Amino acid sequence: MEAGDAVAQLVRDEGTRVLATLVRVTGSIGLAEDATQDAVVRALETWPRDGIPRNPRGWLTVTAKRRAIDLIRRESRRSEKEAEAMSSFEPVPDPPEVVRDDLLRLVFTCCHPTLSTEAQVALSLRTLGGLSTAEVARGLLISEATMTRRLSRAKQKIAQAKIPYRVPSDDELPDRLAGVAATVYLVFNEGYAAGTGPDLVRAALTAEAIRLARLLVELMPDEPTAIGLLALLLLQNSRSAARVDATERLVLLADQDRSLWDARAIQEGVTLVGTGLRRTPDQPNVYVVQAAIAACHALAPSYDATDWDAIISWYDVLLRRHDTGVIRLNRAAAVAERDGPAAGLALVDRIDGLAAYPWWHATRAELLHRLDRTTDARASYEEALGLGLSEPQADHLRRRLAALG
Amino acid sequence: MPKYLALTFTADVDWTDPQYADQMKDWMEFGEAAESVIRGGDALYPTATATTVRVTGGKSGDVVTSDGPYAETKEALTGYYVLECADLDEAVKVASMIPAAWDGAVEVRPVIDFGS
Repeated sequence: MEAGDAVAQLVRDEGTRVLATLVRVTGSIGLAEDATQDAVVRALETWPRDGIPRNPRGWLTVTAKRRAIDLIRRESRRSEKEAEAMSSFEPVPDPPEVVRDDLLRLVFTCCHPTLSTEAQVALSLRTLGGLSTAEVARGLLISEATMTRRLSRAKQKIAQAKIPYRVPSDDELPDRLAGVAATVYLVFNEGYAAGTGPDLVRAALTAEAIRLARLLVELMPDEPTAIGLLALLLLQNSRSAARVDATERLVLLADQDRSLWDARAIQEGVTLVGTGLRRTPDQPNVYVVQAAIAACHALAPSYDATDWDAIISWYDVLLRRHDTGVIRLNRAAAVAERDGPAAGLALVDRIDGLAAYPWWHATRAELLHRLDRTTDARASYEEALGLGLSEPQADHLRRRLAALG
Repeated sequence: MPKYLALTFTADVDWTDPQYADQMKDWMEFGEAAESVIRGGDALYPTATATTVRVTGGKSGDVVTSDGPYAETKEALTGYYVLECADLDEAVKVASMIPAAWDGAVEVRPVIDFGS
């Protein structure tokens, strides 16, 4: 890494923490962002030349607080009292536990359930992730103007409707943390869907999601949802180099070159699964269980050597916590691998409510194909293709359809 | 004497924005002219700040919030409360206890405090 890159990375990591503190001190995300941005720009100008200060976060916090006071004084609409209150905040660095709580508050504010999902995703990337508005817009495939509006609307709601800047109480925490995890997972899937295609900013969203999940584990090291989410993202992402071939075609799990999998990510993910399971052995967390399923795949030396018994039992555990058609479908696919296509198809046909889900039809098609029921298989592939899939996914199904002859 | 609720429909603007200062004069003139009959009233922040609260499964069911104003036409406006709460979390909690949230919806909108 270049010295400049190291500074940029440090400034970005610390910038989020400084921002979180400034939001508490000023009570305004907008003002905190302006002040922090100013401190970040100054750091990027001076640190590469003068060296990194001994306490980078302290330097940034003090600079940002001073800037916030200037901004408040300058803005005539704000009362003199408010500026006075700000001045009384000593521009000294806060102890680590205060910074940790500030960051937690920011996480829960950005992912507040009264904000739209799109707004939560945008705020997570912009405010928590520290990406620029232009980068967030490119990542989510919308115009910069739309993203600017979306972010300012979300900040307007936080300020005017008084979305609280606080960590949820113990009884609210599970639900609220599940909401945060869902938002981070959505960010990951945005990047995952983009694959390794030409749009690198978009594909980099997987790395951003992993970074956010790491932050959650750092802030809440005992929460199984945080541990399970990070494990799941690491394990899913560990296969990214093998997911597409040289011609950008989708490669199924069964056909992937396992030597391309990221062994370090797998090791970290598997360790986290163990930690997560030990936290709540009687009632495993849904993210931990999904990560455990991903770990079974990650640890199998080959597709044929996959431990389908273990995978099916994990799906049973998952269904007890969270019974959905999609999970039943995934379980049925695992049963098909263990007990043959007829057994799998019988289960797939018993799942209600997935008629609009392309993968229900695609799974049926694949199993019918294996059972040599060519006419039925063709109809199901066509049904799946009519339901809107990404281009690599549709391309894969078209090739399977062509293979029917 | 009978009472009437007068609901105002205008462009979806933020009245606290200085660009509406001139228009505020008209509202204040009305306030003075109708002082003897006005029993209360507030300006609301724009719909961008709205939260719609529904409770699935009836009384004490799961509270589901969505961003934005009430946007369907199945139900009709049948009443209102003015709630003074610490923050939006408390307002949503109270809103979820209103029977309307159990089989309809409650739109929660912050009221502008021009005094601050």
